[in-house]
This record gives sequence, structure tokens and C-alpha cells, in this order.
Amino acid sequence: MSGKNTDMRTPLARVRGLGSAREGTGHFWRQRLTAIANIPLILFFVGFLIALNGADHEHVRAALANPFVALVMALVLISGLTHMRIGMQVIIEDYVHGEGMKLALIALNTFFTIAVGVASIFALLKLAFGG
Amino acid sequence: MSKSPATREFARRERPISPHLTVYRPPITMTMSIIHRITGGALYFGTLLVALWLMAAASSQATFDWANWAFGTWLGRIILFGYTWALMHHMLGGVRHLIWDTGAGLEKHTASKIAWATLAGSILLTLLIWIAGTMARGA
Ligand code: HEM
Repeated sequence: MSGKNTDMRTPLARVRGLGSAREGTGHFWRQRLTAIANIPLILFFVGFLIALNGADHEHVRAALANPFVALVMALVLISGLTHMRIGMQVIIEDYVHGEGMKLALIALNTFFTIAVGVASIFALLKLAFGG
Repeated sequence: MSKSPATREFARRERPISPHLTVYRPPITMTMSIIHRITGGALYFGTLLVALWLMAAASSQATFDWANWAFGTWLGRIILFGYTWALMHHMLGGVRHLIWDTGAGLEKHTASKIAWATLAGSILLTLLIWIAGTMARGA
């Protein structure tokens, strides 16, 4: 290792590698993990929609109420929404440089993600528990 | 400052300002990278459609029929077709990114080939999905 006298970090900080924002590579890593998880999950979702194309309400309700489908759909939503929230934050951080505007948009990004997630998962639970 | 004759000669010549935007053709890898970001952004807002569909399914028959009708109009179908392509292109582009993260496939010509392959693959998958969907509807 070069410059062993120039590193200002404590040994603990160096081991944790979390950087000044205390997040380290957390976002980067979660973005990759959800990207990998998204591949089978999105393929399931697309296949499910193909199978249901043109189906009537009763049919669609019954399909979504199936415990396996409901469970995987919940995973599709959680993985997809986590992934897109981090992705959008990266886009905001790339293009928006005013500190106030950046914070406002990052907050809006979180609100949007939670709103879509809560509405979707509530609908799924309602169908799964026969509402 | 003493400059060599060659350097002085080079500085005198008229040189283009690069990249010259009106004549610059972006490499395919650059275009695909931009499209990956645009499709990611489109998919982001498209999740509203997923939420709408699930909420319609969880509410009344009339609401569901209305949503079904809206998705089945020409405008609805064009949006869903575009959404399918965006999803497939982003997925293949994402796989490309994940391969790059391992350090493989970064050589210039390999990268260009993979970029063209993601474009061709996304169009092919989109068409296959819609053909399968049409067949499911007919059955
Ligand atoms: C289907 C499987 C998917 C895979 C394999 C995937 C993969 C990826 C990868 C690897 C990145 C990072 C790109 C980079 O570092 O430049 C990314 C970015 C992103 N993804 Fe996905 N993704 C998928 C699905 C989705 C879905 C369903 C959405 C939205 C609902 C989405 C939204 C985004 C956004 C907004 C970004 C940020 C774009 C950027 O920074 O340029 N992705 N995706």
C-alpha cells in the first residue's frame, strides 16, 4: 500500500469502507442485485400477462389470488421498485446540481416509489385474501 | 517559450473542434447507453400502468372492464407495445451492463457487437411476446 502516512481515515473507517456519506457502495450494489433478480421476475410477469391476455375479470382475479402468483408478483414489485428508485436517484444526481432542487427531487422519487408500491401491494393483498 | 517548427506548423493549421456535433456520428455503444437510461426512465413512469391494472383488478367489474378497454384501444396498444420494447431493451442492456461489471466484453469491437445484438434481440423478443399474446387471445 502506498502513502501509509497520508490516509486520514481511522483503521475502522478503512475496514468499513463506507465513505463520507456512510453508504459506501450500498446503492451500487443493491442496484446490481435487484437487476439480477429482475431478470427472472420480469420474465415471469411478462409470461403471466401473455397467458392472461384477453381474459375477463373473474379469470384475472382468480389468477392473481393464487398464492404462488401473489407471492411472485409481490417480489416483482419490490425488486423492480427498489431498482428503479435507486436508478432514478442516480439520474437525478447526474443532472440536477442545485442542492435544494436535488433534495426535493430525491424526496419526490421516494414518494412516487412508495405510492406505486403501496397501491399495487394493497391491491394484491386484497385479491389474495379474497376482498 | 520555444516551440519546435513542427509544433508551430500544427498550431497554425485549421483543426476541427471535436466532437463536431453536426457531423459526429455517435458510436452504437453510446447510443445504446443513452437508450438504456431513457428506457429506464420510461419504465419508471410506466409502473403507474401496472399499479392501475392491479387496482382495477382488485376493484369492481366495471372498473376492470374500463381498464381493459383503455389498454385495448389503439393508443393503449401503442403504449403497451412501446412499454414491452422498453422493458426488453432495458433488460438486455442490463445484462450487458452486468457482463461488463465482471470486466468481460469491454473490447471496442466486442462491445459494438453486443450493442447491436441488444437492439436486434429486443426487437425480436418484443415481436415474439406480441405474437404469443395474440395467440393466447385467440385460444
Ligand atoms: C428486467 C430486468 C432489468 C435489468 C437486468 C436491469 C438492469 C439495470 C442495470 C444494470 C442498470 C444500471 C445501468 C448503469 O449502471 O448505467 C439499470 C438502471 C436503471 N434501471 Fe434497470 N433493469 C431491469 C429492469 C428495470 C425496471 C423494470 C425498471 C423500472 C421500472 C428499471 C429502471 C431503471 C432505471 C430508472 C435505471 C437508471 C438508468 C441510468 O442510470 O441510466 N429497470 N438497470
